[in-house]
Amino acid sequence: MPFIPHTQDDEKTMLDAIGVASIDELFDEIPASIVADPIDQIPPGESEMSMLRLMQERAARDHMGLCFIGAGAYEHHIPAAVWDIVGRGEFLTAYTPYQAEASQGTLQLIYEFQTMISRLTGMEVANASVYDGATALAEAMLMAVRANKKIKTKRIVCAGNINPRYVATCQTIVRNQGIEIQQLQCDAESGLLNPDMLETIDETVAVVLSYPSFFGGLDEVDRLTDLVHARGALMIAVVNPTALAILKPPGEWGENGADIVVGEGQPLGIPLASGGPYLGFMCCRQAIVRQMPGRIIGRTVDLQGKTGFTLTLQAREQHIRRAKATSNICTNQGLLVAAATIYMSIMGNEGLRQVALASHAGMAELLQRAEQLAGVQQHFTGAYFHECVLELPVPAAALISAMGEQGVLPGLDLGEYFAGMEHCLLVNVTEKKTAADLDRFMDGLKSSLQTVSQSC
Amino acid sequence: MLIYDRSRSGRTAQAQLVGHRAPSQYPVLEGHLRASSPGLPEVSELEAVRHYTNLSSLNFAIDRQFYPLGSCTMKYNPRGAHQAASLPDFLDRHPLAPEKYSQGFLQCLYELQHYLMDVTGMQAVSLTPMAGAQGEFAGVAMIRAYHEKRQDFARTEILVPEAAHGTNPATAVMCGYTVREIPVTSAGDVSLAELVKVVGPNTAGLMMTNPSTCGVFERQIQEIAATVHEAGGLLYYDGANLNAILGKVKPGDMGFDVLHMNLHKTFATPHGGGGPGSGPVGVGERLKPFLPTPIVGKRNSPEGDYFYWQDAEEIPDSIGRLSAFMGNAGILLRAYIYARLLGAEGMNRVAQYATLNANYMAVELTRLGFKLAYPDRRATHEFIVSLALEAKNLGVSAMDFAKRLLDYGHHAPTTYFPLLIPECLLIEPTETESKSEIDDFIAAMAMILKEAHEQPELVTSAPHTMTVQRLDDVKAARDLDLAYSRDL
Amino acid sequence: MAEVRNNLKFAATHEWIEFKDGVATVGITDYAQEALGDVVFVEPPELGQQFAVGDEIAVIESVKAASDIYSPVTGTVIAVNEALESDPELVNSAPYDEGWIFKLEMSDPATPENLLSVEQYAELCEAEEH
Repeated sequence: MPFIPHTQDDEKTMLDAIGVASIDELFDEIPASIVADPIDQIPPGESEMSMLRLMQERAARDHMGLCFIGAGAYEHHIPAAVWDIVGRGEFLTAYTPYQAEASQGTLQLIYEFQTMISRLTGMEVANASVYDGATALAEAMLMAVRANKKIKTKRIVCAGNINPRYVATCQTIVRNQGIEIQQLQCDAESGLLNPDMLETIDETVAVVLSYPSFFGGLDEVDRLTDLVHARGALMIAVVNPTALAILKPPGEWGENGADIVVGEGQPLGIPLASGGPYLGFMCCRQAIVRQMPGRIIGRTVDLQGKTGFTLTLQAREQHIRRAKATSNICTNQGLLVAAATIYMSIMGNEGLRQVALASHAGMAELLQRAEQLAGVQQHFTGAYFHECVLELPVPAAALISAMGEQGVLPGLDLGEYFAGMEHCLLVNVTEKKTAADLDRFMDGLKSSLQTVSQSC
Repeated sequence: MLIYDRSRSGRTAQAQLVGHRAPSQYPVLEGHLRASSPGLPEVSELEAVRHYTNLSSLNFAIDRQFYPLGSCTMKYNPRGAHQAASLPDFLDRHPLAPEKYSQGFLQCLYELQHYLMDVTGMQAVSLTPMAGAQGEFAGVAMIRAYHEKRQDFARTEILVPEAAHGTNPATAVMCGYTVREIPVTSAGDVSLAELVKVVGPNTAGLMMTNPSTCGVFERQIQEIAATVHEAGGLLYYDGANLNAILGKVKPGDMGFDVLHMNLHKTFATPHGGGGPGSGPVGVGERLKPFLPTPIVGKRNSPEGDYFYWQDAEEIPDSIGRLSAFMGNAGILLRAYIYARLLGAEGMNRVAQYATLNANYMAVELTRLGFKLAYPDRRATHEFIVSLALEAKNLGVSAMDFAKRLLDYGHHAPTTYFPLLIPECLLIEPTETESKSEIDDFIAAMAMILKEAHEQPELVTSAPHTMTVQRLDDVKAARDLDLAYSRDL
Repeated sequence: MAEVRNNLKFAATHEWIEFKDGVATVGITDYAQEALGDVVFVEPPELGQQFAVGDEIAVIESVKAASDIYSPVTGTVIAVNEALESDPELVNSAPYDEGWIFKLEMSDPATPENLLSVEQYAELCEAEEH
């Protein structure tokens, strides 16, 4: 049996030591009436060799040439060294660093991650990560309710241009604690939140803004942050970490900066991997750090005054505080944090800056070329980072289907999320796309538009 | 030395620069540009590689040491699973790629759902929760949805055993419930007598695990299930200890209505230094309508089986989605691969050998003079040793033993959990450890016990051979230093 | 042997209270601080906030626990010990003196009856030890 190393001799010696005749006897405390039929729905075990063959066949069915979908998961180049190092057994198979002396590698790495993410976002402190960007936002909402003691109404206001999957996730998580999420409609032309809208909102604990927005656009973050603070609410920023290499970090928005910052860390050295595992990062002002959920690593000294790293502020966490914990969260995405930290170290300021600019430039070029086709135009006006909404003369779903036949996934059908946007395609370009890739997109777009128009 | 200490302005990993693609002007972004530096380290590629490779060598890991952490199931993480899950066509696939181009991936997930139903005896499974705690959240949220659908709003209380893992009460509160703890008897079972006193029309459900956090089998589980069900409540199974019963008992057969599994425990997916995990939920018929989305469905098509995502349309009463996409896909693939490598026969053996190893360890440690918390009970896949006597008589605590074990090249067992056994070590060897490894650990415990008698300060100031000695936790919490703040 | 003070009243939840001119000064006892371990942070109530008897009013955090403090009287917070912000360890070193946590102006100036005397509190501690 795979991975069970016992020989017959081992087994006999051990059973003798225990004083039983068979392993079955060790289960004699289980009432006979609940002893189960054996597991039988799993096929007979494969060898590693045959398993690999099977998985290669399965994977081959999912081969795709070029992908221009973003919508919360982005395809960036990952330096070869990142997963080579992360794949080492010492990182891959280590456990949560509860015994600090046995985990200084992981602990120091997470401390460095906390440092990098807080600098990137312009915030004072960060935690060791939570599951993904969507749950990080949910946790930020719960945190805001705890931290904003002045406001009694449990309401969170969200800009209408936030990732709809994030909003749905937050609904699931905060609903049972009586927290209401209210979405503010964005401007039909720009896709951005009109600052005047904030004058109309009722008392609220916090306002959530996404930068870039789900549609790739860039809101007036300084003015919005000041208005939010003027209403006595906290500002929660949802950000893309690659974008922050060149765009304004939330810690510097407005007069006082954002209060809580969250986002999806997948763009930092984590492959698309069919949707996970990813990592959600969370940062906040130092003053409210005790309300922040999740693990946090602190630097300290040992008995001899030597620098060391350890889990800290654990008294807030579930295993100690139990029913009064800040959250039930038990995990941080340790392996992915390692990947993100090594990625950020290798890329550095200049490397990440160039990735951001090349992604933006690629999007600008694709947009400019696409708009030369009849009936195709940028749906929302204004600034964008590396994602745009293309308005098409045909339904996006039909175009995606036609281009898929040619081995290109051109983007996301926004009609699946927003009524009235059935002709809108959310397109993303990153530094990975070469000029030839853009040519292939354009060729596919041109021919597919023709095919689809003819059949409509 | 931090990576920042190696940082020098202007250093960079040249081979990673995409430079020729970066424009010199970007008018579209005017007004949005960052003035401050992003603040990342500036090192060469070799410096980064060396730094993190060296850091890795400071870690204990399953690949290097025996790791008998109770309730964590630190079994071997098969490298083949990691390799197969990392095939480029899985790794490069965008989560929102159309179903048509995702059949390989979706088939693996569909089959995994099926296997997990078989293993647990439940009627339906959702793979989306990204960790055990999220699985618990989903489970309790489903219980709440169930009662609300029945218009029964009096059920405001969740019961947990006093020995329960902290996530249980924390989860109940996150779902808007109050928590009431049920005492555990001296034999390690949940007190049925006490349970009967507190169940009633206010009871939404009882969260528990079997074997319990005390490492022993809840012998009265059927009576407990009947009691809770008669009062109109539901029974939740915390799957942390599933490794003890794989192939022997199914939670569905024990009367549980809903459960979560910890794939990073039972299904050998890598722990990664704290995550990622994966916490799929399984339900009986009553809670099927409320499963979190998306779930993989199957239907017939001219080309054969067609796999697709079922979401709000097909599961209108779902509690909703729990993540931006569909959970920790890569971890689910690894769990699927693990199941395929073991096959039914291999799965049916897991609990047997995990239990053999634990009972052997318990007997050998008893022979050395250690005290078991439940000496009259069978060990399941884990057991508890109490060092209360050693702490009292020799001044050497469970913490001290744990630290000294590191010097002997073994990771410590779980310490101080469950809370109700003072100075405890919760020890779980798992089935993938050989008798030789276990004997080495027993020998180390013998040595440390001897030291505790003859040279206690050696134990109380351990570890001595790690890169750091015991750390000042108080200073870490008082003088918060959570990010390096030297000026850029 | 944990220290107790004769001029104080005690709550079963290990707070001590000094009553003077309608004001209750509150802290935690020596027994409590020893059980808690090194205090790393004290989260005080806000000035001007009102609390009823039994309300959760403050949190004391050590490395191994975060314990709630319950209001022993009904009243309004008129002072918090600001020294604890930089020196939370005062709760350990001087629990009855410099380690006081907050003061409440009582809505009803009469001393509540359900509090424990010195002897009763000492008995409670003895019982909990075993």
